Amino acid sequence: MEILFQQIVSGLATGGIYGSVALALVMIYQATDVVNYAQGEMAMFSTYLAWTMMNAGLPYWVAFFGTLVVSFIGGVLIERIVIRPVERAPILTIVIVCIGLLVILNSVAGWIYSYIQKPFPSPFPPRPIVLGNVVFGAHDIGAIVVTLIVLAFLYAFFRFTTLGLAMRAAAQNPASSRLCGIRVGWMLAIGWGLAAMVGAVAGMMVAPIVFLDPNMMAGILIYAFASATLGGFTSPGGAVIGGLIVGVIENIVGTYVHFIGTELKLTVALALILVVLVFKPSGLFGRAAVHRV
Amino acid sequence: MALLAVRGLMAQYGWTRVLHGVDFDVEPGGITTILGANGAGKTTTLRAVCGMVRTSGDITFDGRSIAGRATEDLVRLGIGHVPEGRGTFVNLTVEENLRLGAYGRASRNGIAEDFESVYRYFPVLASRRRQLAGTLSGGEQQMLAVARALMLRPRLLLLDEPSLGLAPLVVREIFRIVRTINRERGVSVLLVEQNAAMALALADQAYLMETGRMVRSGPAAQLKQDDAIRRAYLGY
Repeated sequence: MEILFQQIVSGLATGGIYGSVALALVMIYQATDVVNYAQGEMAMFSTYLAWTMMNAGLPYWVAFFGTLVVSFIGGVLIERIVIRPVERAPILTIVIVCIGLLVILNSVAGWIYSYIQKPFPSPFPPRPIVLGNVVFGAHDIGAIVVTLIVLAFLYAFFRFTTLGLAMRAAAQNPASSRLCGIRVGWMLAIGWGLAAMVGAVAGMMVAPIVFLDPNMMAGILIYAFASATLGGFTSPGGAVIGGLIVGVIENIVGTYVHFIGTELKLTVALALILVVLVFKPSGLFGRAAVHRV
Repeated sequence: MALLAVRGLMAQYGWTRVLHGVDFDVEPGGITTILGANGAGKTTTLRAVCGMVRTSGDITFDGRSIAGRATEDLVRLGIGHVPEGRGTFVNLTVEENLRLGAYGRASRNGIAEDFESVYRYFPVLASRRRQLAGTLSGGEQQMLAVARALMLRPRLLLLDEPSLGLAPLVVREIFRIVRTINRERGVSVLLVEQNAAMALALADQAYLMETGRMVRSGPAAQLKQDDAIRRAYLGY
């Protein structure tokens, strides 16, 4: 029983990270109808930036928030420079551009920082929290809390600020938004910037667990796709809940189904994507796309 | 001097030219209507004024040339456009739709007062302010579209067939409010309509459009008496 409970908690911790990356994917998808395959590599690159800042002697939280600012700017620039020229191109073109971005970011990170794994600090105390017979890693709990804070921040931003409202409007109805004076192109760029920020948080939370290397997000991106698919690509909250569910399922299946173990864990995510797409393509919390003809 | 003066306006979609040199004026404080059948180019004319289609020709608003400027910038000059199909943000609430209407205002001051005044013009919107705009009836969505444009505090209001698909009683209500807005706030109005009888009753100046050209113009009262217009558009 304790093992089960412990697996659930650590599943929630990794799930929170999948959820953050899924949230970033959903934000860009909602705003621009683009599935950003480079989201994971963008997060990885942001984490290296944080590592560089910390190596230069900056305290953790200064580097953390500095990374968020730089990531936001980087996300905006990527949209303006790389995505904007192909904005009206067929979807496959945009997919290829995103994959190209993935490869470029991965290679550049490898070129600058090498492919050797680096330890990345956690802001949380190393001492575990013990409740009865169950041991929680402080970082696991911290990662869940940070994910929830990010979600709350985004919710408040989109719900209560005029800029957030304008971004939702621009995603839903660009023509009408222009007639309200909204600069739609910039709203999309800000969406990319925010997604890059959310991804950066996920990267900095996952790096202490998996260690920092240019390929650290490859598997996580697939879990994030599973999370977003499960929660629904049209639902930011659903993406986070999807992430938590995927994290828990992955851990429990890995622990109790012996032939899966740790080697076949990733297959669980892929199987989950398949099952959701076959039985409920809009996901648990998503809206089915309805087009008037 | 006219608030909006359009000279030699041409517009095309792909290879098809839709406007072949359109001239018209909107006087400050006046209501001008453009009448015409389906496909005459009325909607395109409004879209051209707002920079939503590629155009050539001269458009001056308040003495300065605005041809070729981006839609978002024209909104900031005070041109409120109630588009064809109403342009409702269906997944946002009524109140959020109105907040978006105020997005391009020159001044942030007086937004609360303007909320009150549009709710006074359209009490039904006040009672539905927390509802998703997509759940409103067609008439209510049209009212919301007009209200959204008013939140801009526009100097010129462009109305694209506000009567389309609505019950006569609702249309009358909307037209009555447009007249009130015009009189109380001095907002100039450019109204595009197929419902010629209603439009001519409301407007001071009228233009008749056929296949991308203005073919007749004059005071609305005078065009109402015009035999050709009566037979073709008023049906008696």
